[in-house]
Amino acid sequence: MTELSLRELVADQATTVVVTCGSGGVGKTTTAAAMAVAAADAGRKVAVLTIDPARRLAQSLGLGELDNTPRRVELDAPGELWAMMLDTRRTFDEMVLAHSSKERAEQIFANPFYRTIATSFSGTQEYMAMEKLGTLSATGDYELIVVDTPPSRSALDFLDAPQRLSSFLDGRMIRLLVAPGRGVMKLVGAGLTLFTKAIRTVIGGQMLTDATQFVRLFEDLFGGFRERAEATYQLLREPGTRFIVVATPEGESIREASYFADRLRAEHMPLAGLVMNRTHPLPASLSSLTVAAVDAGISAIAETDPLTAGVLAVHGKLLAINAEERRMLTRVTRAHAGLPIRQIPALPTDVHDVADLRAISL
Amino acid sequence: MSTAEPAPAAPAAAESVVPGWAAASAQARLHVVTGKGGTGKTTVAAALALTLAAGNRRVLLIEVEERQGIARLFDLPPLPYAETRIAVAPDGGEVRALAVDVEAALLEYFQLFYNLGLAGRALKRMGAVEFATTLAPGLRDVLLTGKAKETVTRRAAGGEPIYDAVVMDGPPTGRIVTFLNVTVAMADLAQRGPIRSQAEGVATLLHSPSTAVHLVTHLEDMPVTETLEAIAELREVGLPVGSIIVNAVTDPLLPADALDAAAGGDLDAAAVADGLAAAGLTVDQAGLKTLVEQATDHAARVTREYELESELATTGLPMLNLPRLVDGVDLGGLYELSEMLTDQGVTLDRERP
Repeated sequence: MTELSLRELVADQATTVVVTCGSGGVGKTTTAAAMAVAAADAGRKVAVLTIDPARRLAQSLGLGELDNTPRRVELDAPGELWAMMLDTRRTFDEMVLAHSSKERAEQIFANPFYRTIATSFSGTQEYMAMEKLGTLSATGDYELIVVDTPPSRSALDFLDAPQRLSSFLDGRMIRLLVAPGRGVMKLVGAGLTLFTKAIRTVIGGQMLTDATQFVRLFEDLFGGFRERAEATYQLLREPGTRFIVVATPEGESIREASYFADRLRAEHMPLAGLVMNRTHPLPASLSSLTVAAVDAGISAIAETDPLTAGVLAVHGKLLAINAEERRMLTRVTRAHAGLPIRQIPALPTDVHDVADLRAISL
Repeated sequence: MSTAEPAPAAPAAAESVVPGWAAASAQARLHVVTGKGGTGKTTVAAALALTLAAGNRRVLLIEVEERQGIARLFDLPPLPYAETRIAVAPDGGEVRALAVDVEAALLEYFQLFYNLGLAGRALKRMGAVEFATTLAPGLRDVLLTGKAKETVTRRAAGGEPIYDAVVMDGPPTGRIVTFLNVTVAMADLAQRGPIRSQAEGVATLLHSPSTAVHLVTHLEDMPVTETLEAIAELREVGLPVGSIIVNAVTDPLLPADALDAAAGGDLDAAAVADGLAAAGLTVDQAGLKTLVEQATDHAARVTREYELESELATTGLPMLNLPRLVDGVDLGGLYELSEMLTDQGVTLDRERP
């Protein structure tokens, strides 16, 4: 198994962007934050872009307020740590402003359909995380940007969502509604009229009117958006970019990580390795306590000394968990030969501050 | 060496005397399972479905997140948009599964009320459904809960319900209230029309005693906080809450009378050294120190879990406990969990017609 060192990865001057991915609840945000602290400790100027940090961790990074720009985190380190939490709506607004006149932008912001797209469309958060990465990267202010990806249903959503949103905004559906009677509509024929009618009965005419108006306002912007999304997508393939897939040693999480690793490879995106988070390594000092020894010991004293029997049982449990984790690791390494892996031991308590982040074994 | 005292079977801090499964839940037909991501929501929903199927009943397990979690759990190929038998309960009951697909559900409606013919497929290709659900985000939830309602209320020719119970592997706690509060989603919909009346029916069902929302949590700070928040929100909008299902509970391995001292870092290392010698095990000083540290961490974890459990108990809700399965959850593990739910009183209290 190839060992992955996240500490070396983020200290390396050649690494300019690190993206952490993985299914929800595996510790992506914490891993991203810990890597950013490590980079600052190594003397680099780093920005970490988080999506939905745990409240206490957010507070400790000074992310109490959402202002959508990185803030300097007070840190006793040779480098600089900047942190921000993504504000999806504001990022979208900024993108619109960058591509249109102020007057046009105001009209767009006032449109109810725009509000829906900017906040509730299922891919918007992913798209905006990428957009923000692009903007931060373009400033040239940071030596390294660490991006945490949104807590999607699936890690793959993150790669697909920007594409989905941009083809939606540029979509044929909207065009059909704006300029009915042309092009594709002929193929669909009467079905479309029925569909438009159906939509109206389902969601009411007002929304359709809003959508139509939105499309007219937005039409000139599509090109710019496309280009920008494309540029950010390219940024993800650049040599300085590294992806980290985070998983916990559980079947579901590992399957998800596995799909993602395959997908990155297929897209020629640079995968640095897999973080197996919350593992239970065996302490070297207890190598003589095998499963058999523990079992024999427990049965010898279970009646007379429940305390020591309990202490042994705690170790026995660790042996069992560790064996299962190794089995899972073997499966992963078999499916992804040569994939560097970092195992991060489970911590007894939640991560609350920078000291906790520094204690994570990267 | 410490004196031999039998370890009490029940954890000292388990103060809730409320049974794990309320009579109201036993009467409910629609069981919605939610939980923070990573707490084992899908696994628990599947185990619950197996449990409710006991006694020769038929239970439908529905998933609404379009991620094929049930198929993965049961090690099956992706489920089609059709009710498929996936498991048999030990005494002859059966569990069927349905992965609800928003697209298919919407086209199903349209097909019902408008004859779209071949256009349906073309519209699907063009992303029409995504379009409609984006225009009205609430529509998505209405379609998903609407499908659940349809399965709950569907009846055989003789008038008896097709399913004795429907278990929904629902959205995570952060989204559950928005998802189930169809009344709010209806604001997106036209004032009249088939889906509007469907939504009204769904709202009625979800706010009735026929529904129970169960919350899966781990005994960790974040999931417990989210669970408490979700319970407060569910109650506020009048959605019936069933049980809290505490998953992956740490099995207390130290004697209860030694727990507090151990958690406080006062574990008697000398006594453990003597005990190890008596057990015929040789461990050096470093090893002894590690053993004591492990036991201390374990005790700290167990006592923290007790504290969090008491916090959950303040809701007055029934609580069910499931252990952490060391070798992961496979099909065998699911039956194991299901049996534990049965032992804690999970059942359906319905007359078979």
